This record gives sequence, structure tokens and C-alpha cells, in this order.
Amino acid sequence: MAQEAEEAARVEEAAAPTAEEAEAPTLDRGDNAWMLTSCALVLFMTTPGLAMFYGGLVRKQNVVSVLMQCITLMGLMAVLWAMVGYSLAFGGSNALIGNGDFLFMKGVEATWIEGQGSEIPIHPDLSIPRLTHMLFQGMFFIITPALICGAFAERMKFSAMVAFSVLWGLGVYCPLAHWVWGGGILAFGSSHATGIFSGGALDFAGGTVVHISSGVSALVAALLVGKRMGYPTQPMPPHNLAFTALGAGMLWVGWFGFNAGSALAADGIASSAFAATHFSAGAGAVAWPLVEWLWRGKPTLLGASSGAVAGLVCITPAAGFVTCMPAIFMGATAGVVCCFACALLKPKLGYDDSLDAFGVHGLGGTLGAILTGVFATRAVWDIGGGEPLGLIEGGTEVFKAQVVATVITWVFAVVGSVVLLKLIDFTIGLRVGEEDEVIGLDVSQHGEEGYIFG
Amino acid sequence: MKKIEAIVRHHKIDAVKEALVRLGHHGMTVTEVRGFGRQKGHTETYRGAEYVVDFVPKVKIEVVADDSTADQIVSGIVAAAKTGQIGDGKIFISELKDAVRIRTGETGGAAV
Repeated sequence: MAQEAEEAARVEEAAAPTAEEAEAPTLDRGDNAWMLTSCALVLFMTTPGLAMFYGGLVRKQNVVSVLMQCITLMGLMAVLWAMVGYSLAFGGSNALIGNGDFLFMKGVEATWIEGQGSEIPIHPDLSIPRLTHMLFQGMFFIITPALICGAFAERMKFSAMVAFSVLWGLGVYCPLAHWVWGGGILAFGSSHATGIFSGGALDFAGGTVVHISSGVSALVAALLVGKRMGYPTQPMPPHNLAFTALGAGMLWVGWFGFNAGSALAADGIASSAFAATHFSAGAGAVAWPLVEWLWRGKPTLLGASSGAVAGLVCITPAAGFVTCMPAIFMGATAGVVCCFACALLKPKLGYDDSLDAFGVHGLGGTLGAILTGVFATRAVWDIGGGEPLGLIEGGTEVFKAQVVATVITWVFAVVGSVVLLKLIDFTIGLRVGEEDEVIGLDVSQHGEEGYIFG
Repeated sequence: MKKIEAIVRHHKIDAVKEALVRLGHHGMTVTEVRGFGRQKGHTETYRGAEYVVDFVPKVKIEVVADDSTADQIVSGIVAAAKTGQIGDGKIFISELKDAVRIRTGETGGAAV
């Protein structure tokens, strides 16, 4: 045994980077290949994934508007991210917000250095080009505001959606991403994460940054934009559930890039995150329709599709920190909780979150962030240097930090969204006119129809 | 002459057609219709929101027959379209004043 331990120590010593190596990060082609694949997978989640998921859920006079919002955000947020977003989120080591280090891709893309040739900067903490990191994070910047669109679908002006997404992306998303992933006040183990910030949050792929922030902002948007005309007395059933189910399947596939890609390397943590993601989605897809079956007598396709998404949302913050069985528990819990939230809580409180962006992302994300504090284990990622992580293995600090990060994210998203939406309401207005709403956003906002047969 | 309008279930349309052909009747008009009778519609649930769908899809078969064969045709349709479950449909029989075959200009029984 002692011999084995010695051997292990020698191997460890040999594997440990020297100071010189640590200063000069090198490119790993395997990591880069996986990360570029993940970038594409995450983008695939917005269109076609989310576009079809949401597109099928609206009435047929609004299908173009939803698809248009998704495609527009792919362009708009991509450009914004390249120009300022990435720098605001990941520049420098400030506690609250990034800096101008990477503005307009400075220090990110390849440069020509006279006498030395072409050089592409490698991310100092990773084995991939900074450009790959920037691209990957940029895909999150696209899908997060797209998730919010589900709350105000069928009634918000296109211009207001564009203005809100730009302002929200820069004013809410970028600071949050910086706090959690850019070394700010909520980053796990960061020197800034002291005092009330409780040592920082574990947020593997965006429980707080993506899902709580978008879900809570979605609720604020649904309340400030107001109910759709005729809600809840007129029936507003989804116009194409086949779209929705196909979209859910695409989201499931794309989510592997979202979560397993968040390992930022093609390593064991990526495999673990991939597995946890898959099993949580599976459990959600079973749990939600099972509740319906027992409660209303029929399991529905919309329930199975929504349950899969709820499971995916819930496991997102935990993906790289939990093993498979807790992942199944988390997915199933999300399926049940989100089902009741959409079916009972929403009608009781009377808000019109058209496509349940809050019910699924806001609540699913909150549940996931809290449960991460319960189930996170060193076995998957020893991020705490051997210290126990979740409640289940005896740690309590992580759980407290998860609650604090969740509360801070809720408050910040609510305040930020209220300010931005009020600002837009007073200037260009949030909502289309009554007649435009009746004929649908497709014709009134875009002059197009989704279905022209013959 | 009688006009017989039968509102039946979709999956019974072939059985009704075969019954009429067996009775020697040739010609009918079939329309997709929606409506409800005593059983009302059905309920659909989307994420917990319940919608009552009032209008159930059915098919309407219209046939025109001589007074002498009308009863036979009606009982043929009943036999073919019956399942015994609620929602089997209805048959309406009315007096028909006249009929015209456009190609030849024939009227009355000859036109049918």
C-alpha cells in the first residue's frame, strides 16, 4: 500500500505543471474540438429547438413572431457579445462587472505580430483558444433572452422585444455572468465572494445566470406587459403540439452542449455532466405526464415535453457536481413541481406567462440551484479542495451559498427587469395595439403569415 | 321524394356507403361537419388549462330517395352507423319538392 501511495505521489508530481508551464497555457485539440461542437449544440437550442418549442405553443397567428424573435436574437446578441458583452462579463477581475479588455474582440481573436507571425490567444485557465470560450459563452447570451420571450409572447411589440433584449443582456445578464463565472462576488471560492455572498455559488451551466435570471425576468415581463386579450376566458390552446415536442427533443440534444460543454474541456467532468443531464431530463419527461395521468386521467405530450425541459433546467446548475441517481431525483422533482406551478399556481395568482417561461425556467432553475447545495459531491468535481460540498456529504456552506446566490439573483433580476421594462414602456411602449393583437403579431409586426397553403 | 341527411361518425362512413350500395342506391353527398348534440363536446387539457371543445367533428351524408325506398335506406343507415355508444349521430328526413339533373334538364324522380 505504501509503495502504491509513493508511486501515486510520484505520478502526481510529474503531472503537476511547473511554474513555466502554468504561465504558458497550451491548446488541447481534443478539448477544442469538443468545445466547438458544444458551441454548435447550444446554438441549435435556440433555433430550431426553442423556436419550435415555443412556436408550437402559441396560436397560429403568432408563430412567425416567435420564430422571428429567436432568429433575431441569434443575430443581435451574437453581434452585441462580440462587441461589448464578452468584455463586460469576462474582462478583468473586478467584483461587480467586467472591463474593456476584450471590447470588439481585442485580445480574443488572432492577431499578426510582426516578426513572430500569427497568434491566437489561449485562455489562461483552460486549454482552448479564448475565441472558443468567447463563442461558447456567447451562445448562452443568445438563448437566455430568448427564453424570456415565452412570457410576453403574442402581445409584445417587436421593437420593444429588441430594446429589452439589448438592455437586459448588457444590464442584467453580463453582470450576473461576471458575478458567477467571471470571478465576481458570487463566483465559488473567489476572493470577492465573502460576507453575505457566502463563499460563492456552484452554478455549473447556468442555474442562476441563465434560468433563474430569465425565468424571474419573464414573470416581471408577463406582469408588466399585462394579460393577453381574452385571457383566461377565451381558449388559447397551442396551435401545433408536434412542433413543441420536436422542439423539446432538440433542446434535449442541444443541452448536452450546454451542460457537458460547461466543463470547458473534454474530460471526466464533461462525461459526468452529460450523464446527469440525460438522466434528469429522462426523469422529468416521465414525472410530469405521470402527475397528469394520476391527477387528470391522461398523460399528455405537452406534459412529457415540458417535463423533459424542466428536468434539463433543474440539473443545469448541478450537472458537473452531482452523480446520476441524484440527477434522476432532481429531474423528477422538477417535473412534479413545475407541473403544479403551471397548472395550479399560475391560475391562482392570475398572471399570464403565455408559455410558462417562469413556471419552467424560473422555478425549475431555483429548485436546481437549491438542490445543487444538497447533492453536490466531491466525487464528481473536487472543487472545494477535499472539503465536503453538498448537505448529503456533510457540507453546509455550499447550501447556504446556493440560497444566498438564488436570493440575490431573484432580487437583481426583478429590479433590473422592472427598471428596463418601465423605461421601454415610457418611451416606445411595450405592447401592440388591440387590433394588432387580435389579427396576430405575424401580420401586424412582420407582414407575414406562418401558414399559406395553396 | 325524400331527402335523408344522416350525421354519423367518421369511421362509419364506409359501412354506410356499402349498406346503401347493397340496397341498390347509387349516389350520395358527403360533407365534413362539426357540431354537438346531447353529449356535448370533450375536454382538452394543456399544462393544466382546460378547454371545452364544443364542436365534435362528424360527417354528414345526404341522399335523396323515392318515398317507397326511403324507410329502407334509413334503417340501412341506422344499422350500419350504430355503435350503441353516445355520439352515434342523427338522421333527418324531409320532403323534397323537386330535383334537376343539370346535364339533361330532367326533373323529379328521373333526375335522382
